[in-house]
Amino acid sequence: MKRYIIIGNGVAAAGCIEGIRSVDAEGSITVISAENHPVYCRPLISYYLEQKTDLKRMQYRADSFYADHHVNLVCGRSAAEIRAEEKEIVLDNGDSFSYDALCCCTGSSPFVPPMTGLDTVENKFSFMTIDDTLALEQVITPDSRVLIIGAGLIGLKCAEGLHGRVKSITVCDLAPRVLSSILDDKCAAMMQKHLEANGISFLLGTSAKEFSGNHAVMQNGAEVDFDVLVLAVGVRANTALVKNAGGAGGRGIAVSDACETSLPDIYAAGDCTEYHDISSDTVKVMALMPNAYMQGHTAGVNMAGGSAVFDNAIPMNSIGFFGLHCHTAGSQPEGCEMYEEADEQHIKRLFIKDDRLTGFMLIGQMHRTGIYTALIRSQTPLSSVDFARLKIEPQLAAMGRAYRDKVLKGAV
Amino acid sequence: MKRIYVREEWCLGCHLCEYNCAFANSGMTDMVKALRGKTIYPRIQVETDENGVTYAVSCRHCKDPVCVKSCIAGAISQKDGVIEINHDKCVGCLTCVLVCPYGAVVEDGSGVAQKCELCMKNACGAPACVKGCPNGAIVYEERGERE
Amino acid sequence: MNFYPEFEVVRSDSRCIRCRVCERQCANEVHWYDADGKVMLSDESKCVNCQRCVTLCPTRALKIVKSDCRLRENANYSDQTIKEIYRQAETGGVLLSSMGNPNPLPVYWDRILINASQVTNPPIDPLREPMETRVSLGKKPDHITRNPDGSIDTKLPPQLTLSMPVMFSAMSYGSISYNAHASLARAASALGIYYNTGEGGLHEDFYQYGKNTIVQVASGRFGVHKDYLEAGAAIEIKMGQGAKPGIGGHLPGTKAVGDVSKTRMIPEGSDAISPAPHHDIYSIEDLRQLVYSLKEATEYRLPVIVKVAAVHNIAAIASGIARSGADIIAIDGFRGGTGAAPTRIRDNVGIPIELALAAVDKRLRDEGIRNNVSIICGGSVRSAADVVKAIALGADACYIATAACLAMGCHLCRSCHTGKCNWGIATQRPDLVKRLNPDIGSQRLINLMDAWRHEIKELMGGMGINSIEALRGNRLMLRGVGLTEKELQILGISHAGE
Repeated sequence: MKRYIIIGNGVAAAGCIEGIRSVDAEGSITVISAENHPVYCRPLISYYLEQKTDLKRMQYRADSFYADHHVNLVCGRSAAEIRAEEKEIVLDNGDSFSYDALCCCTGSSPFVPPMTGLDTVENKFSFMTIDDTLALEQVITPDSRVLIIGAGLIGLKCAEGLHGRVKSITVCDLAPRVLSSILDDKCAAMMQKHLEANGISFLLGTSAKEFSGNHAVMQNGAEVDFDVLVLAVGVRANTALVKNAGGAGGRGIAVSDACETSLPDIYAAGDCTEYHDISSDTVKVMALMPNAYMQGHTAGVNMAGGSAVFDNAIPMNSIGFFGLHCHTAGSQPEGCEMYEEADEQHIKRLFIKDDRLTGFMLIGQMHRTGIYTALIRSQTPLSSVDFARLKIEPQLAAMGRAYRDKVLKGAV
Repeated sequence: MKRIYVREEWCLGCHLCEYNCAFANSGMTDMVKALRGKTIYPRIQVETDENGVTYAVSCRHCKDPVCVKSCIAGAISQKDGVIEINHDKCVGCLTCVLVCPYGAVVEDGSGVAQKCELCMKNACGAPACVKGCPNGAIVYEERGERE
Repeated sequence: MNFYPEFEVVRSDSRCIRCRVCERQCANEVHWYDADGKVMLSDESKCVNCQRCVTLCPTRALKIVKSDCRLRENANYSDQTIKEIYRQAETGGVLLSSMGNPNPLPVYWDRILINASQVTNPPIDPLREPMETRVSLGKKPDHITRNPDGSIDTKLPPQLTLSMPVMFSAMSYGSISYNAHASLARAASALGIYYNTGEGGLHEDFYQYGKNTIVQVASGRFGVHKDYLEAGAAIEIKMGQGAKPGIGGHLPGTKAVGDVSKTRMIPEGSDAISPAPHHDIYSIEDLRQLVYSLKEATEYRLPVIVKVAAVHNIAAIASGIARSGADIIAIDGFRGGTGAAPTRIRDNVGIPIELALAAVDKRLRDEGIRNNVSIICGGSVRSAADVVKAIALGADACYIATAACLAMGCHLCRSCHTGKCNWGIATQRPDLVKRLNPDIGSQRLINLMDAWRHEIKELMGGMGINSIEALRGNRLMLRGVGLTEKELQILGISHAGE
């Protein structure tokens, strides 16, 4: 009977459990969870604040998930060390577990740059976990003035979640635009305008230089008084366990398409990894949910002796604020062409290079965008489809007769 | 499992399937009340190709469903082959719309994702698009599984 | 000259959900959506009242009604008569019509009632007793002949065997669509009956249904070649058609497209105009030559049908045909349908099938040649009751076409000649042709025939007759109501109460 250990209890871990069980019904699975919550998906915390969900509904899987999959769940503990030679892990309390196959799903942690006087701020929070959220919820009042450092996905979702529950929300970011990791200037401007119309204030191109109590001074000299501070500058992959054990990696743990690390029988999946983005042909950390599950599942299958690869990863994001949605995927490589449609309500930007769709940014019109995503992932030559029609509207009709017959006339 | 398949040689492009779908999933008993004066958000889409051939596209209930794997809320599941969305859990992030390669998951007009669930959860009991197609262009049948 | 439209589109705005199905489904382009007013509008002048929109409207928001805007009432010059004069004054053209004569002339079927057994000759319950509806069409021997060893010579002239005494009559590929032909062929095949190619040849896809196909040879000889003749189970020589006695068929060039022109063996887009006469037939002797030419060409394997329109002299004509070597006579009454005919001919030429049939059956019996031929009766056989009455008047079997078209979806708008049949039947426009899915069309034809067969059996059982052959010419089973002495005499039946 094989012994599987999964460090971490996020979505990648859930994928890993389901992957293992799709192959091996017998082996023992032990999950080491630092958080005292059953698996949930981190992005849901903003929806919790927004009261679109609750702790119960946030659970990624049913109550019986661990029992159904015969998982030994160790909560409130984290792994301190991987002894790759001995094929065992040691927990923070000294307990050790042996494994035949190990998957590291340690995720990422908030990154807080050094800021003078930060220790003088009483109400400061990260926005990564349920516990962060519950703590934040405890202190906010309808009179709270909230300052959020970071206008990325996390910071802005936090802003949306807090909207209506606090008096004011100001978001600052060193980058000159919002959502700088996924949007270009024009798209970001549309999103920012929409967020501003909903009462979010921005200080862009600058960030907090120093704090003293509830007072922040920005690098550009602006001053902000606040009651609650949210630190959402960014995240860093939790790579230490694997790296300390001798595993390779850069900003994330290096994994192959099969989700193997450089160490034997040690796999890694999710936000802690760096892996191949086929849209840009580069290796990067792509801390995003669909990929985390797919990596976890891939790792699980391979750990249990099956054979799986996740070899068409691309960055992609579906995010919306106050009813205005945005889909992005892939990348905008140097020298790519752009197809654009834009009006007051929506923007569509498709990026094309070497007869392939490499990426897109869509705001306000989400209908059937998965067809574009699939075009990127499959690296379909655009000369083999009717791209003139496709770019106007995503449709199977423009994908060619053979593809349509395959997809619509039989099981896929 | 039984799936919905289109026989495009018989599709008239009348779009009745879209309206029957919207009605079946409206939870109402009168089509006029359900649909009049409203924009419909059907779970089946009629497409027209470059030769004017029409056909309807709805969820393929894939063997390896990327929507299930991508749902951040764990709201999409596959049971006995049928992929369905737990609307109680869905938070409307639309990641499923972003990943479905067939464009079969769509927004429902209120910001929440929806897709064909073979009318198993509504009062129709059997796919309304199939029942209502005037020319037998949409069928619900067993055609074997992908290896 | 503009008239107020014949029909009005009545749309219940409170029911209309703007799905625009009516707009997409109307080949006449009556309906359209006005995006500014967010409302469906209609141009009623184009409406032919085919009811396609009414049928497909998911909320029953539509109905088509006859306009009550009429010219001043005049029992002599009706609204229609006057407008036809206006139209002809404008165009100088011959008026065209489709389908059967719609005018209120007597329908004798409806004045004939069927007998049932009571007490002395008990009825038969078709659910419990065997009931034979099978018929054989063809020449029957006058007497039994024996082989030298004393055994009976069982060799018969070629016969058509039908599971029930109904067949689908001639409608050409061209006048109706590929899918209509496919529906008819598949249904005939499944039912064990026959359909008829009409004068349009046989599409190569349908050779597989040859066992259930009657191939027609008409005055234009369109589509006729050796393989064609040999493909069918019988050959029909079309001398005339009930809807247009005295003239030949006419397929407008707009319908002679693609496979239609190929199957007819004529250039694409050319009008297929069949001559009024067969130019090689001016006498019964000439007809006999053609009958035997066709028999010779097919090695005497196939029965030959001669189809004529019911006209004044029908009894004498039939007598001649029965002596021509033909195996079967098909008589087509004046209500028979057509894909296109001059209105005046359709509505004024020919005689009712009931009278023609009775006259022919009597004449052939009187002359002792009834067994020379079988008789098929067509020209508005609308129900199982009509079939039973026809058999009792002397028919061996009936031809139906209008009823078959109705089963396939036709709504009798009588606009076949426009080529824009919204039901995919009388059209060659590919987008319209596909509206008739032969899976559905053939099944509906099969359903109709199944229903009729059940009804025929029930009517037979009621009369105490368990074999359809025993009903043939059994006019004692019929009584007339509201008919004159003369009519009763021609029909050869007594008045009810007699």
